[in-house]
Amino acid sequence: MSTPESSPGTDPGQEPELDPGTAEELEQERARAATGPVGDDAADTQTRLAKALQQTMTSPWTVSVGAVLLAIVAGSIMIAFTDEEVKAASTYFFARPGDTFVALGQAVGGAYAALFRGSVVNLQAPDVATALRPLTETLSYATPLIAAGLGVALAFRAGLFNIGGQGQMLVAAAAAGWVGFGVSGVPFPLHLVLALVAGIAAGALWAGLAGLLKARTGAHEVIVTIMLNYVAFYLISYFLATPGLLQAPGSSNPKTPPTPPSAQLPPLLGERFNLTWGFILALLAVVGVWWLLNRSAAGFAFRAVGENPRAARVAGIDTGRATVSSMLVAGGLVGLAGASQVLGGVTTGFSSDIDAGIGFDAITVALLGGSSPWGVLAAGILFGAFKAGGSTMQAAEGVPSDIVLVVQSLIVLFIAAPPLVRAIFRLPDPARRRAPKKARAARNRKEAAA
Amino acid sequence: MRLELRGITKRFGALVANDHIDLVVEPGEIHCLLGENGAGKSTLMNVLYGLYEAEEGDILLDDEVQRFAGPGDAMAAGIGMVHQHFMLVPVFTVAENVMLGHEQTRGGGRLDLDAARAQVREISARFGFHVDPDAVVEDLPVGVQQRVEIIKALSRNADVLVFDEPTAVLTPQETDELMAIMRQLRDEGAAIVFITHKLREVREVADRITVIRHGKVVGEASPTASDAELASLMVGRAVELTVHKDAPTLRDNGLRVTDLVVTDEAGTVVVDGVSFEVSGGEVLAVAGVQGNGQTELTEALIGLEGDVTGSITLDGKELVGRSVRRILDEGVGFVPEDRTHDGLVGEFTIAENLMLDRSDGPPFVRRGALQLAFRDRFAREKIAEFDVRAQGIATPVGRLSGGNQQKVVVAREMSRDLRLFVAAQPTRGVDVGSIEFIHKRIIATRDAGVPVVVVSTELDEAVALADRIMVMYRGKVVGIVPADTPRDVLGLMMAGISPEDAKGEVTA
Repeated sequence: MSTPESSPGTDPGQEPELDPGTAEELEQERARAATGPVGDDAADTQTRLAKALQQTMTSPWTVSVGAVLLAIVAGSIMIAFTDEEVKAASTYFFARPGDTFVALGQAVGGAYAALFRGSVVNLQAPDVATALRPLTETLSYATPLIAAGLGVALAFRAGLFNIGGQGQMLVAAAAAGWVGFGVSGVPFPLHLVLALVAGIAAGALWAGLAGLLKARTGAHEVIVTIMLNYVAFYLISYFLATPGLLQAPGSSNPKTPPTPPSAQLPPLLGERFNLTWGFILALLAVVGVWWLLNRSAAGFAFRAVGENPRAARVAGIDTGRATVSSMLVAGGLVGLAGASQVLGGVTTGFSSDIDAGIGFDAITVALLGGSSPWGVLAAGILFGAFKAGGSTMQAAEGVPSDIVLVVQSLIVLFIAAPPLVRAIFRLPDPARRRAPKKARAARNRKEAAA
Repeated sequence: MRLELRGITKRFGALVANDHIDLVVEPGEIHCLLGENGAGKSTLMNVLYGLYEAEEGDILLDDEVQRFAGPGDAMAAGIGMVHQHFMLVPVFTVAENVMLGHEQTRGGGRLDLDAARAQVREISARFGFHVDPDAVVEDLPVGVQQRVEIIKALSRNADVLVFDEPTAVLTPQETDELMAIMRQLRDEGAAIVFITHKLREVREVADRITVIRHGKVVGEASPTASDAELASLMVGRAVELTVHKDAPTLRDNGLRVTDLVVTDEAGTVVVDGVSFEVSGGEVLAVAGVQGNGQTELTEALIGLEGDVTGSITLDGKELVGRSVRRILDEGVGFVPEDRTHDGLVGEFTIAENLMLDRSDGPPFVRRGALQLAFRDRFAREKIAEFDVRAQGIATPVGRLSGGNQQKVVVAREMSRDLRLFVAAQPTRGVDVGSIEFIHKRIIATRDAGVPVVVVSTELDEAVALADRIMVMYRGKVVGIVPADTPRDVLGLMMAGISPEDAKGEVTA
């Protein structure tokens, strides 16, 4: 038996389904009648506060923040266990327990301080530019994560699970890279634009293929995108090892020639920083995806198909077209990530590991960001910070950078289990949000009827 | 056995589904539990059956307090339940289904099917059920499957029998047979609880009536009470039960369906050579027991079926082979049978759902961009016009009650320029107040000169709305008859008997 809480509104025979609207009105009327005109404001503020609190407690964001906190706590335990000084101090724990705790505090505090120093601001730096350098590093790591995260999130909103980030990034990098070093004699901005367009188009086509197969034949996009990852990886590997295709001339390594300056994304804050205009492109993509999803007819169709394909079909929306076009856009966004890698991140020539796991991290970023464009922006920057700070953690404190990855993975794990996070922080379940209102409505109606 | 429920209170979170409900059912009595969808009837019975645990109150059998941890305890205590949706294993035989859960075995763990067969034969003979113990359940008609459920309950020596909305899936004739069975069981001394929201059935069979509204007992009624009295008790206010409509003014435009054949994905012909015409200003009601091709017929009209032959013309234009979009653009309004699956996007707001089938161009979309100001103004107008009770236009539709959800669908479909209106089960799972409203709007659409096709498995609704009634059985049209055709003729037609034979049988 399903309990009524788990299936609100779908089981007509189970419980009174009263509309919250009238409940609210009656509530307000009652409040007014009870408190009179003087107490009205106070009551209003109180309910508003309560409502705001309720909304915060049940918002998916609270779960995301909770998951991050939990993961950091779990990460602390990992750090403590792997720290040499803690280990040393714990051997004489019963003689001088204080040492162990001091070592613990230093290890954990030091590790997170290094993470902060490596990803946000370095307060020990001699000048402002150097102090802020970690932040720009974070943003430059975040750039492909945001773009690819948007690609996964957009597909997700259209009801498609795009696991093909790796393949889409690889073909995009190959296409952008090839236009970069293979085409010569084109001046700077035009060359860059051509390379970017080539990368975005390649990513779009690679993902669009999965969309087309899904729309036409019903082939499941998860399987198709995963298999296209392999196809892309080995195909690019072959191209990289074949002279005349992607391999640098005169080299026997599976590596491309460097990207010429005319096709490079220019630095955003001058040569001293790695941050490029790619970050601005990612920001524009965030705004673009927001507009597409929330303000455009196409996005309306994507979301309708994503939430309820049957209703969308009955309403005359071409679900196949929505599937193909949402995958095209999603692939284009992942393609932007791939292009920004070879045109901005790694300009010295690339090999088949150019995707750097971003295609899969993008899934995490999209999930952590609740599949909303602004959420993806925030999650992308957080992951960028982990990447930027991870190496500092390792260099300064001797924390294995794998532990940073463990923390990242724990975040995802906790995000994937909202009931766990809610249980630990004792947050209310949003599915139950309606119940009190309905009960109040029922009561009110009975009183009104009596 | 005498059943008494004393002060039963069941809460889900802060929602009180049952609020101090008292109920006494004497042996040899049919006690009707009458209430709207969602009044708390099923919750109460699930408490009785041990599926839910009540926070307060006691269940007494012959004045002894019972504690049920699950349905097993309830069954052991002598309570049997015939569910709305049958709890039968389709590929098992009747005897296997009856023994399921309390299998008797012989040495070595072998099932003693003969004992079960004998039991089925014995009960079947006692009540004249005519059920073959070796028939496979999925091959049996729905009415017979229900008898298997009853046999199951009786085979466990149930003295208290609960029938939870048993008539929803039956033809009128099968309903009459069920009522006869219920009377027979009562005469043998069983205490019977009959849950329903159909007034006609209540008055026909009940010895006592208890009405439940919003989880509370609001009163008892006598079986001699009029429909209007019972309905107003159930809803809490006076209700218009009949649909007032003038004689139709027919126009010469309309829908013409010729030799329509729909084949489903499994290759089964589900609509078999259906032909009919509906003129502008007329309501054609399609009656029939659920699953006789009505759903597929409406889906073919809107272009949702893939494998369709024959012809559907609207004002002379052929619709077969067109996409849903192009059929909608021809001015076809469609209320699907299952609003939560096919009619609405639950996560979308009311405003978004009201434009769901118009996201392809002006006035809701210009140059690819949603016109939010127009959308919101439109939504505000429509929720006022169609009396949708909600906090506001930004409320997700999934949070609304069934009636308000249906009003959103109807509002959307009726706010285009219509040349044909098709409604499948327009009032299923909708409260009585909203039914009244939706019926009025359907008649208003008819009076505006639009041809209307209404599919309903509730014969009362079909009769109330129709100018003509088309009865479908196994994908075929049994006949198209005037709306004033006697109910028992319609009932026989729903079982596949031609109108001429049905009339003959009724008068004979």
